[in-house]
Amino acid sequence: MKEMTVNFSRRHFFEKSATAVAGLSIAPGVFLSQVAQAKPADQAVTIEKRWGMLIDAAKCATGCNDCVTACHEENGVTSHGRPETDAQWIRKVKLRDKATNHVISLPMMCQHCETAPCVYVCPTGASFKRADGIVLVDKHICIGCRYCMMACPYKARSFVHETVTDQVEYSPRGKGTVESCTLCVHRVDEGGTPACVEACNKAEHGAMIFGDLKDPNSAISIELEKHGGKQIRADLKLNTGVRYQGI
Amino acid sequence: MKTIRLKEIEGNSLGYLGLLALLGAFILAALGSSYYMEHNGHWVTGMNNQIVWGLPHVFAVFLIVAASGALNVASISSVFDKKFYKPLAPLSAVLSLALLIGGLMVLVLDLGRPDRLIIAMTYYNFKSIFAWNMILYNGFFLFTGVYLWFMLDRTMKGYTKYAGFAAFIWRLILTTGTGAIFGFIVARTGYNMAMLAPMFIIMSFSFGLAIYILVLMASFKWTDRALGDVVIIRLRKLLGVFVAAVLYFVVVYHLTNLYMTNHHDYEAFILLGTQGGESYSRMFWIGQIILGSLVPLALIFAPGAGKCRMTLTAACVLVILGGLAQMYVLIIGGQAFPLEMFPGMEVLESTFFDGATAQYAPTLPEVLLGLGGVAVAMIIMALSIKVLGLLPESLDDTTADPHHKAD
Repeated sequence: MKEMTVNFSRRHFFEKSATAVAGLSIAPGVFLSQVAQAKPADQAVTIEKRWGMLIDAAKCATGCNDCVTACHEENGVTSHGRPETDAQWIRKVKLRDKATNHVISLPMMCQHCETAPCVYVCPTGASFKRADGIVLVDKHICIGCRYCMMACPYKARSFVHETVTDQVEYSPRGKGTVESCTLCVHRVDEGGTPACVEACNKAEHGAMIFGDLKDPNSAISIELEKHGGKQIRADLKLNTGVRYQGI
Repeated sequence: MKTIRLKEIEGNSLGYLGLLALLGAFILAALGSSYYMEHNGHWVTGMNNQIVWGLPHVFAVFLIVAASGALNVASISSVFDKKFYKPLAPLSAVLSLALLIGGLMVLVLDLGRPDRLIIAMTYYNFKSIFAWNMILYNGFFLFTGVYLWFMLDRTMKGYTKYAGFAAFIWRLILTTGTGAIFGFIVARTGYNMAMLAPMFIIMSFSFGLAIYILVLMASFKWTDRALGDVVIIRLRKLLGVFVAAVLYFVVVYHLTNLYMTNHHDYEAFILLGTQGGESYSRMFWIGQIILGSLVPLALIFAPGAGKCRMTLTAACVLVILGGLAQMYVLIIGGQAFPLEMFPGMEVLESTFFDGATAQYAPTLPEVLLGLGGVAVAMIIMALSIKVLGLLPESLDDTTADPHHKAD
């Protein structure tokens, strides 16, 4: 019950879903039966869905940075020309297999773990996971302790090192708080796909598939069933929402 | 047996006021540094998105660990009922509170949003060992505060043993929690070991006692009170045992890592300085092992040096500097070592320094903030000695130990 309460208060972070609290507590069954592609703004997220992403490293083009550019433009993440302290929600990594010399390229971002270390370690509960698997930071209660950054095995999080200007309204940022990929939650809640996936498709690489891992008929589930998908650092058993092929 | 009276100091000499002014200047510098960092954002510090805990954390964790260890002397008197240590106990309790306040100040002022401290005190995620630590810090203030009250209040003296026992148990839990902050991090090779919790406890014994001995000797000397050799000899031996115990834990920690094949790279990084870890291996061997452990052991146990205060002072200073080096190697070195995300793969390109050793160089504001924490602890001590009866009027050999026989 405590967890429910905490989740509800965090929901204030997303103004559009604020009224969902009332909706869920009054008649959850009624609302759930109405789930369609896009989630109505007044409806809470549920465990009926688990959003995930499948990335095919074989299709990801070396040198292409479109997903990174799209993400940072979408979320108002700007560079100050200081790569060590600039926030990076998504990055491209080029790898060479030491045994075979095979070179691959892939985007790395928050892996939206089911048992997310960042959520476990956060003292205030600012790091949290939505019922549909999206891991987020509530910027209003993040104290900037950076323990989540210590705990994340994927280096997925950035600390905002300077004053933020030109913010976009659906993606709040703040100096002194920690942030990472939101899976473009503002788009997902309106039935859309994350900006990175859209950019990858636009560039006709088609290396990224976004969808509901719990829906057996979704494109991501069908592809995963057919060709499988690996987790990065599967040994940690975090059950990541982001999976990879060709690694 | 002589009655040992604890008495306030006058605290109006030029030296005393000068000490307060000096410590005050350090505190102002720390507050100014914190304002500078918070106003501009942390990009003006040495920290970055790879090394997220920098020098302020080295100081903060060191002070918090030392705080629990500074309670040693009081615990020995109350929990283990050693009468010899009783007159030394109140100073020990106040020092532990002062060090904890200093450490927490550094920790809080280095947060991204120190103004939100109230959130950390009201929103608890009970799965987080960090949240538990906040409860443990507050509990430590409570238990040690009550313990101190019982020691100083004649009417409550009868309960001192129980309060001392509670504080003793709590400080063990507290330092377990501090060690677990690192021990519970599964992602990083250098952490992720349950052994860090007991290792932090033994480190606390050593660092805390070294600081205690320095404070004790300084406050007796500067107030012209007698501190006999018996006290010096006992505390000296105790420190020697603790320093050796820390060294033992460090050896076992590295042996355990060396036994695990997938930790070999990390050990080579720290012990041999491979992959750009030269600064950490230098700090480990020269700072932590030679200057922080072996030289102090030699100074403490050197034949005929039992009563020598100069060598004991040097040993304490080296233990403290070695402790800071140990924290630096663990905290900064543990983050600098690259995260192993893609086993068997070489990272050819990454805009976020994947697979690369992270770089960190402390900046002046971080140094000043860390030193400010030390200054806060020391100014609390200086003021406490003036307003509370903490220091025995005399601890010459016959007063401290009635069975003492002069050589």
